[in-house]
Amino acid sequence: MADFKEVPADAPMAQKVTVWFENRFPTAFAEYKKHLSEYYAPKNFNWWYFFGSLALLVLVIQIVTGIFLVMHYKPDAALAFASVEYIMRDVPWGWLVRYMHSTGASAFFIVVYMHMFRGMLYGSYRKPRELVWIFGCAIFLCLMGEAFFGYLLPWGQMSYWGAQVIVNLFAAVPFVGEDLALLIRGDYVVSDATLNRFFSFHVIAIPLVLIGLVVAHLLALHDVGSNNPDGVEIKARKDAQGRPLDGIPFHPYYTVHDIVGVSVFLLVFSAIVFFAPELGGYFLEFNNFIPADPLKTPAHIAPVWYFTPFYSMLRATTDPMVNVLVVIVALGAVLAVLRGGVSAAAKVAILVGALVAVALLKTFDAKFWGVVVMGGAVIILFFLPWLDRSPVKSIRYRPGWHLWLYTVFVVVFLILGYLGIKPPSDIFTLMAQAGTLFYFAFFLLMPWWSRIGEFKAVPDRVVFHAH
Amino acid sequence: MRIEAGGTEIMKKLILNLLASLFVAGSAFAASEGIAWDKFPKERVNDLASLQNGAKLFVNYCLNCHEAAFARYNRMRDIGLAEEQIKANLVFTDAKVGDLMRSAIDAREAKDWFGATPPDLTVIARSRADPSKGTGADYLYTYLRSYYRDDTKATGWNNMAFPSVAMPHVLWELQGQQRAVFVDMPDPHDARKTVHVFKGFEPLTPGQLTQAQYNSAVADLVAYMQWMGEPMQGERVRLGVWVLLFLAVLTVIAWRLNASFWKNVK
Repeated sequence: MADFKEVPADAPMAQKVTVWFENRFPTAFAEYKKHLSEYYAPKNFNWWYFFGSLALLVLVIQIVTGIFLVMHYKPDAALAFASVEYIMRDVPWGWLVRYMHSTGASAFFIVVYMHMFRGMLYGSYRKPRELVWIFGCAIFLCLMGEAFFGYLLPWGQMSYWGAQVIVNLFAAVPFVGEDLALLIRGDYVVSDATLNRFFSFHVIAIPLVLIGLVVAHLLALHDVGSNNPDGVEIKARKDAQGRPLDGIPFHPYYTVHDIVGVSVFLLVFSAIVFFAPELGGYFLEFNNFIPADPLKTPAHIAPVWYFTPFYSMLRATTDPMVNVLVVIVALGAVLAVLRGGVSAAAKVAILVGALVAVALLKTFDAKFWGVVVMGGAVIILFFLPWLDRSPVKSIRYRPGWHLWLYTVFVVVFLILGYLGIKPPSDIFTLMAQAGTLFYFAFFLLMPWWSRIGEFKAVPDRVVFHAH
Repeated sequence: MRIEAGGTEIMKKLILNLLASLFVAGSAFAASEGIAWDKFPKERVNDLASLQNGAKLFVNYCLNCHEAAFARYNRMRDIGLAEEQIKANLVFTDAKVGDLMRSAIDAREAKDWFGATPPDLTVIARSRADPSKGTGADYLYTYLRSYYRDDTKATGWNNMAFPSVAMPHVLWELQGQQRAVFVDMPDPHDARKTVHVFKGFEPLTPGQLTQAQYNSAVADLVAYMQWMGEPMQGERVRLGVWVLLFLAVLTVIAWRLNASFWKNVK
């Protein structure tokens, strides 16, 4: 333990109190320095860097409003819908708390999608930040679970049938599917048992994991240090005191900076909460104002907007699509063998592997492969640090067409999201299939395309224009 | 339906429709059943006299078979009614003024009589919105004015906005009876065929109200249902203005504060 600090008798009261605490709880002071006042962040952050702190803000909003909702909500199939309306009408300020929570769910995804795309643009997942990225992907996965479980709770028609559709997907898993779906539901249909377990997952299990992962994400980040729009390692150049030359203490410089982001975010957030809480049926679906009815299937069941890009990929995986995948696997194997550079044994292994893959693709239902595609679309993100072989991190110093490719990627992702909202039609299914292939090609071919093109020289120091 | 819009209104509608059709192009969903919806005069939701008239119509005509089981009678204090007035004029059952607005009808019997359980109406206006057609209030406003005589139906009534609806025309004494006029038009997709196209309504017998009075009464009733779906909707918007003003000021302060901290960072 550090030595006990002494304060002169005539020192100001504030100093005496501070030292009193410092002597008894030095960890708090050390951590404050490590993570805030002496955490050196690159000084060239741009607006993309608001979304990390905003994600933390939305997490807090969701937890605090969630605590108050749980005080009045009843996780009971006979009472759930009425208890939500009770919150909206009879609980003082209940409407505000509920709208903040429902808007917060969508806001969370917007903020996290922006945060992830920032990471992709500037190569924030590259060495040594692979674990920061992986913790982040795990957070995204938790967030999807949290949103899915939470969406059942209002017990409206969309809650009910959305859950029914998604849980039934698990039934497509070969051999154990039916039992798996039964285990998730706790019943043969979505029912009171399902509602109770989803409630438990939504308010306890996943939030605990989520908070743990957020802590890991931040600790790992502070160990390796933040990346920046130039992708320059600021720790490579330090001053005599060992402080990065291009770094600046997080507090007060970025706390005061992030308050601007928070303030603008709250403007938009409040505009939605107070003037358009349903946001045209995207944040609160109109059908969800009808109590769940197990006997009445809605004509059109669509998940909430933030799931629709992945839902689109699921729906795109039809029998013809599986045939396309078979052709791709076969072509890939033949090309790998012809290209050479591998031993004879490896060639045999590739061919056998491809044969097994083709056999499996044709054996199991397209629905199952749809689930695999949907899950794979999220899981593939975990591998991004090893898929990207570009010699530089930041898009700023990569070939111009890389930026175009990222733009197309975003547009395809948005189109997939749009298609997931709409009922399927022949042309929409074709578009979704093309989009799905592009999405996977973007990642799976990244080891190849990310190395191609003319890269610009990365400067030694970050580019910073004084305010 | 009559065209009441002026020139600019028509242009605005045209552009909006074009935009809307872009978004729903190719969607099988665009051709959802029923006619296009009329615009509900939404300023009525802020008119206490309209809301009170709507409340009166609601408890007299709707609450016998339907429930509003998430709303309480005494919430109507928010639309300018005193508890005594509510008790004396609007509560027909033995319910207390603070009770939920339940109906005396037995759900099972109702299902036997009508073929469907009358849905709860508390949030009906919120649930019936359709982004390609209009708000839930637009739908209700159209629906309650689109009943017509149809002897092929068990109740003797049909509805253009909700074909083969189970509910008979409860407000028929007010509106009177009307019939739907259809004409045979050549099918745009197949010249050899004709299609049955709805042209409009034609009155059969007059009701207690004129057409204009009836439209107004329905608008009041829909205004009440719109209000009941979210009783704090007015408060929400009023409060929102102050919240945004506060945040706008906060943003300016935060921006200047940030600038002063970063001024010396080179």
